[in-house]
Amino acid sequence: MSAALIRAERAYWPLAAALGGLTLAATFASLAIGYVHLDVFAALNDVAHGRASLPALVLVELRLPRAALGCAVGFSLGLTGAAMQGLLRNPLADPGVVGVSGGAALGAVVVFYSGLAGAFSLALPLGGAAGAVVAALALYALVGRVAGTMTLILAGVTINTFAGALTALALNLSPNPYAAFEIMFWLMGSLVDRSLPQLWLALPLMLAGWALLMSSAPALDALTLGEDTATSLGFDLKRLRLTLVAGSALAVGGAVAVTGAIGFVGLVVPHLLRPLVGHRPGRLLLVSGFGGAIALLAADIAVRLLPIHPELKLGVVTALIGAPFLFGLIDRLRREA
Amino acid sequence: MRIEATNAIVRFGEQNALAGVDCAIGPGEMVALIGPNGAGKTTLMRVLAGLQPLQAGETRYDGRGARDLGRGELARRVAFLAQGGEAHWPLRVDHLVGLGRLPHRRAFSGPSAADHAAIEAALAAADVAHLRARTLRALSGGERARVLLARALAVEAEMLLADEPVAALDPLHQLGAMALLRSVARNGAGVVAVLHDLTLAVRFCDRLIVLAGGRVIADGPPSVLTDAVVAAAYGVDALRGEHRGEPFIVPWAATLTPTPLP
Repeated sequence: MSAALIRAERAYWPLAAALGGLTLAATFASLAIGYVHLDVFAALNDVAHGRASLPALVLVELRLPRAALGCAVGFSLGLTGAAMQGLLRNPLADPGVVGVSGGAALGAVVVFYSGLAGAFSLALPLGGAAGAVVAALALYALVGRVAGTMTLILAGVTINTFAGALTALALNLSPNPYAAFEIMFWLMGSLVDRSLPQLWLALPLMLAGWALLMSSAPALDALTLGEDTATSLGFDLKRLRLTLVAGSALAVGGAVAVTGAIGFVGLVVPHLLRPLVGHRPGRLLLVSGFGGAIALLAADIAVRLLPIHPELKLGVVTALIGAPFLFGLIDRLRREA
Repeated sequence: MRIEATNAIVRFGEQNALAGVDCAIGPGEMVALIGPNGAGKTTLMRVLAGLQPLQAGETRYDGRGARDLGRGELARRVAFLAQGGEAHWPLRVDHLVGLGRLPHRRAFSGPSAADHAAIEAALAAADVAHLRARTLRALSGGERARVLLARALAVEAEMLLADEPVAALDPLHQLGAMALLRSVARNGAGVVAVLHDLTLAVRFCDRLIVLAGGRVIADGPPSVLTDAVVAAAYGVDALRGEHRGEPFIVPWAATLTPTPLP
């Protein structure tokens, strides 16, 4: 039996467990760190005993939604990035870069704008998911099966531009400047002032998306060897594509509809973790989910600690870090090619 | 397992890639599929592997259709090695060979002892065991080809369809790979290999299928590869001889007058 192979198999679970533990720690840190001092344990004690004390209110109304959403949205973005990179066999695929997040944002804006958001509460996450589905299908139609780096980036530019133009159109035609302002701030992406009910609405969609994406792990491994070989290993590629498009749309659509567009987490995180799982696309999924959650929670804690006011929007921060990263990655791929 | 293609017709646009091919391969057979560029060899391999939709005709596996057999069972029983294989991520060699065990996986369980044994056997057979901890990008073209062959062997299927398995290999490893494929056949599996080296074909294979213009122009023991067939298929004259009781055949020059297909 191959000792090296067994060692690599064994190294995966400690890595996943460590990242899972870090995710929990980051979530707890996100609960504990904020603008007012909060004794999390005392607050939890109050909540458990049904006392509506100020610490309990801060915890349940402010900190908990922010931390839990950071965790779930980060997981969605990291996992979706890893899955899309596996499907398109391209390390530049990311829900933001390829336009799926832009589509989701547009879907959510349309729901805002049309007033559907007030009509029934699931409208916003569903609108986000619908926008993400349309963008993912458009991407697939544009790039075909194996996406060259250039095609992928250009398709992403096209979809992002179009979704951006339609979003701008909605703002342009907005009858109420205050509403337009509101939408613009929402588009920048943030975890601030979200509520637990919003989490409960988006979480089922995200969970369903996660399940679909994670179930594709063996097929993504097989796809490393190309489409013919993956088919000869017993995988139905048509079904795989549908599963991944639906999974991405549910995970990212649900996430974006609550937090606005937060880019580059799905690009950076899988890229950093890939060498640690031996470049295996299936193994990359779970760890990228954890990595995404850690990255987003860390960024969200950082914006609270930075002495900059008004507080920086999370989407702005991830883009400020992620865009130079993308630049460097393209440069490296170009030199390798 | 016995794979049987009947009247297989495949068109790409106006072009007939396969113009009604009948062929059957049984267990324990070592078959060379030969013919000039564009003869339809790769298309026929994809047809036999159940990867290529047919305009007409059918492929049967022990008398059953691919759909009837199911994706999973087909994947366990027929291994396919693609031409000029690729790996999109720089996987470690042993992980890549392990992908051949995917058809045997069970949900929520890691690799079994049988999987480990199959991976080890395949690594050793393809002479890549010493490369196991390297990544694919750190290998030469020939080493990579042997790793991909090991991946196909790891399936431990009843039928191995290998599209140009020796094209990138040095002479020693060409001989080694052919001997390996023959031993796979001697152990009871059917083997079909697309080859361009006529000597390897006549020396190592029990049977040749010669394809030209999307049709089978000869099918039988190595003796079917007559001068007329070589001329008709490739448009070349061949030098023939024998060394230590085994035949060799070397393409020498273009034929002076083009020979029509029989």
